[in-house]
Amino acid sequence: MAAASEICVRARDVIRKFDDKKVLHDISLDVAKGGIFGLLGPSGSGKTTFVKLIAGIDEATSGQIEVLGTPMPKLAMMVRIGYMAQSDALYAELTAKENLEFFGALFGLRGSRLKQRMHEVMALVNLTDHMERSVGAYSGGMKRRLSLAIALLHEPEVLILDEPTVGIDPVLRKSIWDELQSLSRQGTTILVTTHVMDEADKCDRLGMLRDGRLIASGSPEELKSRTGSATIEEAFLYYGGARA
Amino acid sequence: MRIRALVIRIVRQFLHDKRSMALLIVAPLLVLSLMYLVFNGDTYEPKIGTVQLPEAVSQTLGENGADVTAYDSEAEAEEALAEREVDAIIRLDGAAPAVKLEGSDPARNRAVMAAVQKAMQAQQGPGGSPAGAAQAPVIEYLHGSEDMSSFDNFGPVLIGLFAFFFVFLIAGVSFLKERTSGTLERLLATPLRRWEIVAGYMIGFGIFTSIQAALIAGYTIGVLGSLMAGSFGCVLLIMLLLSLTALSFGTFLSAFANTEFQMIQFIPLVIVPQVFFSGLFDLESISPWLRWLSYITPLKYGADALRGVMIRGEGWSAIAPDIGVLLALTLVFMAANVLALRKHRKI
Ligand SMILES: Nc1ncnc2c1ncn2[C@@H]1O[C@H](COP(=O)(O)OP(=O)(O)OP(=O)(O)O)[C@@H](O)[C@H]1O
Ligand SMILES: [Mg+2]
Repeated sequence: MAAASEICVRARDVIRKFDDKKVLHDISLDVAKGGIFGLLGPSGSGKTTFVKLIAGIDEATSGQIEVLGTPMPKLAMMVRIGYMAQSDALYAELTAKENLEFFGALFGLRGSRLKQRMHEVMALVNLTDHMERSVGAYSGGMKRRLSLAIALLHEPEVLILDEPTVGIDPVLRKSIWDELQSLSRQGTTILVTTHVMDEADKCDRLGMLRDGRLIASGSPEELKSRTGSATIEEAFLYYGGARA
Repeated sequence: MRIRALVIRIVRQFLHDKRSMALLIVAPLLVLSLMYLVFNGDTYEPKIGTVQLPEAVSQTLGENGADVTAYDSEAEAEEALAEREVDAIIRLDGAAPAVKLEGSDPARNRAVMAAVQKAMQAQQGPGGSPAGAAQAPVIEYLHGSEDMSSFDNFGPVLIGLFAFFFVFLIAGVSFLKERTSGTLERLLATPLRRWEIVAGYMIGFGIFTSIQAALIAGYTIGVLGSLMAGSFGCVLLIMLLLSLTALSFGTFLSAFANTEFQMIQFIPLVIVPQVFFSGLFDLESISPWLRWLSYITPLKYGADALRGVMIRGEGWSAIAPDIGVLLALTLVFMAANVLALRKHRKI
């Protein structure tokens, strides 16, 4: 296990209950600094619930979550984390520019720095030409990309993306993944949830969730060789089937 | 800084949202104008049928604001009364006049009685001694005047009610939308504090409700010519506080609604009862065990203060307690809202 200073997210015996329904069961997990960590799991397995705890939006019923050595939730940590929700949380009446300006200002960006970052992230998601358009008139994929742009805006050290590429075409998806990989090489820790198996292959490490339990974790190669599978999909089915 | 960002965002959203703008600004003015037309019309002229009444009596009735129709027989007059062609019939029962009213509308009953009494006084006047004129009471008004209309009386309550109602609805629905659209959760992933969210909403919406308050008050007093005995500044101050109370109340209550429709369901629960206690109806006639409710309705304090200033010309010292209560209620609702947001994020 990596040294404490190398760990970005550290979860210990995390339990999250909604009323009496246990959605996360004793999850313990370390995510190393830098690199892309993929959280894999079928629908309803608890991916969103888990990343919300890490983002500090929600609080665990019991157990501890630390991000960069600080117990969550903690307001001061919010500036160091970028979060992209599974459902687009945008202000439809406003233009993309106004949305970016609002979230930028919340993170303390202003003036020429804000302007510069706004253009950088919008270029990244290929929306520069739609800066002045009202978000209400955006397509589903465009909204998804704007949400991603907003999460990247303040150059967070930790990036938490909940199914970021749903509804995005393969060409753009590739360019977004290229960018995520380049960000991770620059030292950003990226935590991404996904259903898409070829995306899972691009992650440095993977965690597999099923019914609120972490059933396996390791690099894609490790998981494949440990289960004797050729693909992540097979490995996933192996772990899922073994416990079912 | 963060509050400023929130305020700018709310202002921009509002400027893009023409419907809400219209509801906040145009709707109250429209409703007030309608109310003005309804309540400020000329006093009702009662229609009175007479049966074989001396010409002189009919004439004095006519001079005293009645629309007189003479009938030849009692049966004819009764039929007219039943058909509601006239509001009352008068005949002579021996020497004394007998009045029979249609009776289904109290306002018309009063109009008939007033006309009859005036006519009777006028009949006795010239026949009495010259001293009779001297004995007629001298009538003075401490507040208001003989010309005061229903609108002058209701006006202060109505402008308070509309400022309260429209702000409550728009602020409540907007804050609710923040939750249902997922943007509230997104805000909770930023360094924005709970109290900053509430403060941002108060200021952002406060800008528009202030404009609304000034427009409503200015329109009612300046254009519709409602009675205005006190200072306009006091009216503005009360209106502003009343809409701030509505703002904090609406945003707080939206925590207990899950859809816009549920927000609408609060109207009969929290707005309509306030109307009863606001002074549109005489509180003296409300059962004592219900009267205490009036002390917890924000609208009552606003309406009392507005009436005091506009009708009785009261100044700052008289309205200070009402202002204080409204301010306190606003702060309580704001604090409650900060607490209610704990449901979404503890810190
Ligand atoms: N606020 C809530 N109240 C009650 N139950 C909840 C709540 N949020 C999530 N759940 C439950 O927790 C479980 C996990 O939900 P979650 O959204 O984390 O799944 P997920 O892995 O993100 O699924 P998907 O891939 O479909 O997004 C589900 O059974 C869901 O019904
Ligand atoms: Mg999810």
